[in-house]
Amino acid sequence: MKAAPLVALVGNPNAGKSSLFNALTGARQKVANYPGVTVERRSGRLVLGDGRPVELVDLPGTYSLHPASPDEAVTRDVVIGRQQGEQPPAALVIVVDASNLDHHLRFAIELIGLGLPTVVALNMVDLAARDGLTIDAGRLSALLGVPVVETVAVRRRGLDDLRAEVERLVERDQAHVVTVPPEDPGVAARARLVARDAIQSERAGRHVTRAIDGLVLSPFAGPLILAAILFVMFQAVFAWSEAPIGWIEGGMELLAGAVSSFLPDGFLRNLLVEGVINGVGSVVVFLPQILILFLFILVLEAAGYMARAAFMMDRLMAGVGLSGRAFIPLLSSFACAIPGIMATRTIDNPRDRLTTILIAPLMTCSARLPVYTLIIAAFIPARSVGPGIGLQGLVLFGLYVVGIVGAMLAALLIRRTVARGAAGGFMMELPKYQLPRLGDLALGLWQRAWMFLRRAGTIIMFSTVLLWLLASFPRVPEGSPMTQSEYSVAGRIASGIEHVVRPIGFNHEIALALIPAMAAREVAVSAIATVYAIDAPDEETATLALGERLAGRWSLPTALAFLMWFVFAPQCISTIAVTRRETNGWKWPTFMVVYLFGLAYLAAGATYWSAVALGL
Amino acid sequence: MSEAAEAGLRLDEFPLKTVGVINRIDWDLLGEGARRLRELGFAEGVEVEPLHRGFIGRDPLACRIGRMTIAIRRVQAAAIRVSPTPA
Repeated sequence: MKAAPLVALVGNPNAGKSSLFNALTGARQKVANYPGVTVERRSGRLVLGDGRPVELVDLPGTYSLHPASPDEAVTRDVVIGRQQGEQPPAALVIVVDASNLDHHLRFAIELIGLGLPTVVALNMVDLAARDGLTIDAGRLSALLGVPVVETVAVRRRGLDDLRAEVERLVERDQAHVVTVPPEDPGVAARARLVARDAIQSERAGRHVTRAIDGLVLSPFAGPLILAAILFVMFQAVFAWSEAPIGWIEGGMELLAGAVSSFLPDGFLRNLLVEGVINGVGSVVVFLPQILILFLFILVLEAAGYMARAAFMMDRLMAGVGLSGRAFIPLLSSFACAIPGIMATRTIDNPRDRLTTILIAPLMTCSARLPVYTLIIAAFIPARSVGPGIGLQGLVLFGLYVVGIVGAMLAALLIRRTVARGAAGGFMMELPKYQLPRLGDLALGLWQRAWMFLRRAGTIIMFSTVLLWLLASFPRVPEGSPMTQSEYSVAGRIASGIEHVVRPIGFNHEIALALIPAMAAREVAVSAIATVYAIDAPDEETATLALGERLAGRWSLPTALAFLMWFVFAPQCISTIAVTRRETNGWKWPTFMVVYLFGLAYLAAGATYWSAVALGL
Repeated sequence: MSEAAEAGLRLDEFPLKTVGVINRIDWDLLGEGARRLRELGFAEGVEVEPLHRGFIGRDPLACRIGRMTIAIRRVQAAAIRVSPTPA
């Protein structure tokens, strides 16, 4: 069977390409990676009017055919039919922002010059109208020599016309391989001429973006607004998630109860209840927090605010040798370092990018929250230290700050040692403000939720169950002074690790939890829960809340050292794997693991020793 | 016209909310950033209007180029010479 012809969606950043892609393909999307490089490949199926399917691929936003970053190199290679593992395109859909015509036509003219079957989607004509621009699409088509279709992706306008044009273009159903001509310095001037010719009328528009920027980027209000947005965001992560977390916990309890009543007491029931439901459940409860954080990031990004945040943060980031562009990946890393590290692809300076990747794991990702909240609830008294400020919240905030300060210091050092070199610049387009479309937000959230649940269902479940097995066997003999978890295979491995971590105040249970926590940090919680469930002498103790049990068994210095460990330790294999992929080798992930474990050991040790010295 | 007036003002010193025309860009001074700047629409003869500055050290600088707003650092803006448009 012949593969469906490939149609590439290509254009400048902020041309509304992804919205158009979503509008054309709906939820039928596949997200993968191009082989050998770390560029995301988003593709989807588009069914033409005559029933023929084509594969639509959404290429990364690019300014020209002469690449400055890996993203742009892939875009060029796919377009000219030389990308490994990708068939040459049967047609191009060039997306241009109608309200930025003179600028976006530059790349469009370069692309049209390749001679491939091409249609131009004149997108966001509604925003252009808002800005007082009327464009003659027919005239533009005549000037460019290719069909031009007016679209408003977010309102689903013009999609049928676009589909019909694509249908005509892939009629011949043949793929094309072409070569890129040398860079033409006159192309920008030509683009401006064509734009001037195609624009029918131009009157002063409402300048919505300019008015908003006047406030949002003002030297006084701007930073305050940014701080307020970040504050509300982190506040919401905790406040809004309470109820849904309760529902998930309730659901898990019901499930565990149902399984217990259906299955006879024995191996299978213990495995399912203690291993699977408890283990996976203790991780899935954090889905609401992750989704709330991503919701904020997606909304800010789609609305156009993120670039403004990067603008305001640039000078601060420059202080540690980074640029404002690093702000967005680092903010995403508060949800999870993996999408954060992948988002560094937009940083064109390789040293800036490497530094950002290396410090991204220091941002407090949501996987640490299970660990933090458990330990804080168990050891930090819930008393008030000021009006509206609780001690527990303050400690949690402190852990975030320690991570951020640690990251900034690490960046400073990395930029002066392993990633030494001239500072990269900061050049960034501040896109027009837009109301985000609900469908796009829902799709983005769904893709993230699915990624998390898949992880919970595979890596996390696998490691929890494996730990349960290793901690349950061999059975401790009757009358032995050792507990089951100490006697088991896992316990014996942990005894080895215990020698290393005892100086920083860690006990046998922690040593045991550290191994599976390499799969994912939050597994530390389910691992400790599993160990206690196995060791519980009777049903009653087994149902005791995990926090209460910890409070009775760990000293405060140990608990604090455990928290500090999790601020720094690179406790997540997926992060190491994505770093290897993004840096093309083992050198940098190895460096990252060593420096972060070193920091974690020192920080946990220093915390433990000073807490003991203070007599806590 | 005097030589100084012909050279114009450096973009980082050009008054905010004032429309000017780029009359010279020192591409060599920009180094590896030169091409990106060109791709973002900076070129001799193009209208430019500085709009906002960062809140620390008045860096970076956001300017209007055509119908876009582009943020660049002061060091980059210093390589661009701008003349006021005749009223």
